[in-house]
Amino acid sequence: MRDWPLWEVFVRSRRGLSHVHVGSLHAPDAEMALRNARDLYTRRQEGVSLWVVPAAEIVASSPDEADAFFDPAADKIYRHPTFYDVPEGVEHL
Amino acid sequence: MVGVYGNDFTAPDETAPRPATGDEPETFRALLEGEGRVEPRDDLPDAYRRTLVRQIAQHAHSEIIGMQPEGNWISRAPSLRRKAILMAKVQDEAGHGLYLYAAAETLGVDRADLLDQLHSGRQKYSSIFNYPTLTWADVGAIGWLVDGAAIVNQVPLCRCSYGPYARAMIRVCKEESFHQRQGFEILHTLSHGTPAQKAMAQDAVDRYWWPSLMMFGPPDDDSPNSAQSMAWGIKRFSNDDLRQRFVDMTVPQAEALGLTLPDPEIRWNDERGHYDFGEVDFTELFEVIKGNGPCNAERMAHRVRAHEDGAWVREAANAYADKQAARAGADVA
Amino acid sequence: MTDSHAGYVLGLADDALISAQRMGWWISRAPQLEEDVALANIGLDQLGQARTLLAHAGALEGDGRSEDDLAYLRDERDFRNVKLVERPQTDFAVTMARLLVFATWQAELYAALAGSTDATLAGVAGKAVKEVAYHVDHARQWVLRLGDGTDESHRRMQAAVDAEWPFVEELFRPVDPALVAAGVAADPTVLRAAVLRRVGQVLDEATLSVPDVAPAVAGGRDGLHTEHLGFLLAEMQHLTRSHPEASW
Repeated sequence: MRDWPLWEVFVRSRRGLSHVHVGSLHAPDAEMALRNARDLYTRRQEGVSLWVVPAAEIVASSPDEADAFFDPAADKIYRHPTFYDVPEGVEHL
Repeated sequence: MVGVYGNDFTAPDETAPRPATGDEPETFRALLEGEGRVEPRDDLPDAYRRTLVRQIAQHAHSEIIGMQPEGNWISRAPSLRRKAILMAKVQDEAGHGLYLYAAAETLGVDRADLLDQLHSGRQKYSSIFNYPTLTWADVGAIGWLVDGAAIVNQVPLCRCSYGPYARAMIRVCKEESFHQRQGFEILHTLSHGTPAQKAMAQDAVDRYWWPSLMMFGPPDDDSPNSAQSMAWGIKRFSNDDLRQRFVDMTVPQAEALGLTLPDPEIRWNDERGHYDFGEVDFTELFEVIKGNGPCNAERMAHRVRAHEDGAWVREAANAYADKQAARAGADVA
Repeated sequence: MTDSHAGYVLGLADDALISAQRMGWWISRAPQLEEDVALANIGLDQLGQARTLLAHAGALEGDGRSEDDLAYLRDERDFRNVKLVERPQTDFAVTMARLLVFATWQAELYAALAGSTDATLAGVAGKAVKEVAYHVDHARQWVLRLGDGTDESHRRMQAAVDAEWPFVEELFRPVDPALVAAGVAADPTVLRAAVLRRVGQVLDEATLSVPDVAPAVAGGRDGLHTEHLGFLLAEMQHLTRSHPEASW
């Protein structure tokens, strides 16, 4: 017999915040996955909203590609406000 | 054999996976040296992966087998308040098992396979759960001593090198803190209650003290896997260090409870800055690990029966999901 | 009316208490670990309802009996729960069939009692109505999956509904008309139509049929129970009763 598929669970802890990955669980389908997530991951009032996603549907970047993906951003320091000199006395900039 | 929740150790005549050394990927070495976290898709040495799967699975198994000794008392809890607390606690143990199986699954194994290995006896769980809960006070002793020892073991695991395990442990530790307190509260109430209640509490502590010390594993000289686990950042402190920490923490608490610990050699050592305590006799532990403990057969039979009795339910849910998917497909077409 | 008022609340309290006691059995025995957690949540909700209702019944009685006095120190004949909830439930289909009926009844009941003239009862009901809505949903999800799953699960689910059905009618036995007239209690005949309609819809969707069976002889509200209740209470009460001087 095949095991129930794996689902990844995301919880919004309170209004105004994003959903954050909290863990995973097994469920036969989406409806039960949502309910299991409620029972397992919000029983101490950890959330006000839930997402469940089939683990198999997640597309992830690979650590092998990490250099090519993420390193080129490292030298674009002009994207950060601290790169710029502001003359003394100038405010609200 | 795993100490509850973390320490990985075996009886002397059992074999543990022996790590190959020397051929660890450069990226992995660099992560460990920088105290960085290893994540699932990193290039992991096979021995590291196997050691983690084994340890996390045994930890998860311990949580779900651990539901039984306390679950025994849900129907008999002596007040409705205690009943509610105990139900919530045993429920937490199921939850902790689930968090941990999920962490193991990030290493490329399936929970169903891990459960099969538990059910067939190829993977173990903590020996402490092979002791019976004979009286209500045992529920208190498990919370205070067994969960107390578990916390000492688990807190360092929150900084374990493997990210998913460390994150699961943070969640477990947060929830675990109420477990120890409720155990202490049970014993405190008993030890300040009737003479019969106090005797019940003392008896439970007498029976659970030494097995709790055994949860930290054999002495360091006799713990062959510890060095490798420490090098890999899975284990942070030695068995003996953690055991000492637990004793130091627990002796004053026992005094506050008005109960004695069954070891005449316990006394404060000013020079060491620690409590001295008697030598743990591991002969019994190794017998329990080998399957000769008081409840090994019952715990396994209970677990296997639940799994087998539920097979038709799990299968029905799959069949229903397939039908629903087919119906949705037919609607689209 | 005070006696019948206290008795009414006590009956609802006992339903929740005995149901929670049976639900607790499942923890460590469910078909999947996720379900251990779910059933524990349901049992905890029921136990919470039982505790506030018992305390309220004790207060109405005016004899100073606490929730624990009422739970642990009454004998079989003094319990007022319906027989639906007291029989063993070691088959998952039975548990779900019973939960579907019981929680749907509680959902209708508590919705009505949220407007009770008994302010405490209204408060308890207002909180519990959200809890039991989730229980109804959980039972519904499982009855659908088992009824419309495999041949075996369909057979077992239908057998479970058949076994529970004779005990459904007792839920709708008349209560003291004075309590209904005073706006304290909900009228069972009104609840009956809504409960049977909702349960019937779920059974129908689950490809199950509503059994055509005669109701079992009622009596739980008068303390006339099945033989199972005595064993349940013996287990639940023995420790507390063995130490009459103790507090826990």
